[in-house]
Amino acid sequence: MGMTMAEKIIACAAGVESAKAGDIQTVTLDKLMSNDGTTHLTIDMYNKLKNPRIADKSKLVWIVDHNIPSDSPKTAASHKKMRDFARDNGITFYEGEGVCHQVMMENHVCPGELIFGADSHTCAYGALGAFGTGVGCTDYLYAMVTGTSWLLVPETIRFNLTGKLPEGVYARDLILTIIGKIGANGANYKAMEFAGEGLHNLSMSDRISICNLCVEAGAKTALMEVDDVAMEYLTSHGREPKACFTSDPDAVFAEVYDIDLSTVAPIVAKPHFVDNVVPAKESLGVKIDEAFLGSCNNGRIEDLRVGAAIIKGKKVAPKVRFLVVPASRSVYKQAMEEGLLDIFMDAGAIVMNPNCSVCWGSCQGVIGEGETLISTGTRNFKGRAGHRDSFVYLASAATVTASAITGVITTADLL
Amino acid sequence: MGKIFRFHTDVDTDQIIASQYLLFPTIDEMKVYTFESLDPDFAKKVQPGDFVVACENFGCGSSREQAPSVLKALGVKAVIAKSFARIFYRNAINIGLPVIVCKELYDAVADGDDMELNLEEGTIVSGGKTYTCTKLPAQMQKILDQGGLIASLNGEV
Repeated sequence: MGMTMAEKIIACAAGVESAKAGDIQTVTLDKLMSNDGTTHLTIDMYNKLKNPRIADKSKLVWIVDHNIPSDSPKTAASHKKMRDFARDNGITFYEGEGVCHQVMMENHVCPGELIFGADSHTCAYGALGAFGTGVGCTDYLYAMVTGTSWLLVPETIRFNLTGKLPEGVYARDLILTIIGKIGANGANYKAMEFAGEGLHNLSMSDRISICNLCVEAGAKTALMEVDDVAMEYLTSHGREPKACFTSDPDAVFAEVYDIDLSTVAPIVAKPHFVDNVVPAKESLGVKIDEAFLGSCNNGRIEDLRVGAAIIKGKKVAPKVRFLVVPASRSVYKQAMEEGLLDIFMDAGAIVMNPNCSVCWGSCQGVIGEGETLISTGTRNFKGRAGHRDSFVYLASAATVTASAITGVITTADLL
Repeated sequence: MGKIFRFHTDVDTDQIIASQYLLFPTIDEMKVYTFESLDPDFAKKVQPGDFVVACENFGCGSSREQAPSVLKALGVKAVIAKSFARIFYRNAINIGLPVIVCKELYDAVADGDDMELNLEEGTIVSGGKTYTCTKLPAQMQKILDQGGLIASLNGEV
């Protein structure tokens, strides 16, 4: 019987001939990413171990991105703990370089790898054919100490993509549509695999955006086969694959969906659930207080270009804050070189350093009681962006920017 | 015997413990904010030995282990739901907080009801009725029996 991509990567990491959904396998991790959301707790637990040790420090990548620069003495203390431990133990450490998943995609992720990240959006790494999955800090610590962990081999939901996204429709509209279709737990414990000729029409930025959000359907991981687009990205960043896997023709899938990309339309996820989606046209006119363009989901150069093209020569609406947060230092620098940051600044946007920003409701840009945010971030849970009685709408970079200009939810074609 | 705190479907980890408290140095400093967006007085009302009962997909969203950790630190004895999100489920077992799948309980009980849990037998008694829970996968039961993943790690190395 054939194997899925997920089964092949796990079999490879477990050093066995084959693996099948439902098996429990002991795997050796290729990389272990952790950020400032939980690492201070991991260090505390590490220091209390009977025999603390790190199996292979070269596999560890620690990234301060959630609250950088720190916003309080408590945050500063947690950052210092992480910084000092990384230095004392020779762990690869980034601070201020960007959102962890973007930094990982630019610098570390290789096809065929099995990667634990102490962050749920680690599933983004599937855009490069790697099995990334989010874990808590205890699982992380166990893997850090032993180099291994156990995994239940997931079933796979396969999405066969055909065609091209229409003009003005983005990967984010596609993945929000899919999450709306299968629901917030539609892929719980499962892998979401994307394949088909439509995949080849998607840029790396599109692919990261799609894989990144799969955890919002509960997915354990997201996977895409490595094609010329992915290889070009990988080699241009100076890396080589560990292995390039594809699902066998006779692999068994839990479900199969066929999606024609040309049928996707701009979409909005309404408060307070990511699967609470409606066509953007049905949310027009909702008053907003803040708009956010950024995050590991939608803060890449492609997204900033979309926003800049829409807002060029226009102004942010009075009483609206428009936050623009490039996902990494390299994205920031490229946006500067292309003049995009000038366009945003001239329009009255607030351009900030690469970090998780208001996407995670701490750090900066937090909204107050009764306020509404339209966001390219990852989640719209109750209180996610600040006060417990506030509202978050998720949409594409185009819809977010258009809404920043008018002060109400607006699709770009209506400007 | 403990009291039931009953929550709806798709309770996400941001609602269990909001982002703005995650970088506090210790779980004890965070725990007073547990369920702040759903029930601001939860941390004051809950007593050691009480239970959280929820509908489907409890603990969806972020991988923050602070979510099960604050519940455990407040003395919540177990979380019983129709289903759990994957990462929360694994995190809870790893820190030694029992998470129990029971399809019938949520619809049969109200907030504030009393219930009793027999972990070994996998049964719950509430309102004079007995409910049978789904067994944990063997791998996870083993971790829980050892007192969590760190305890098992300390046994190994």
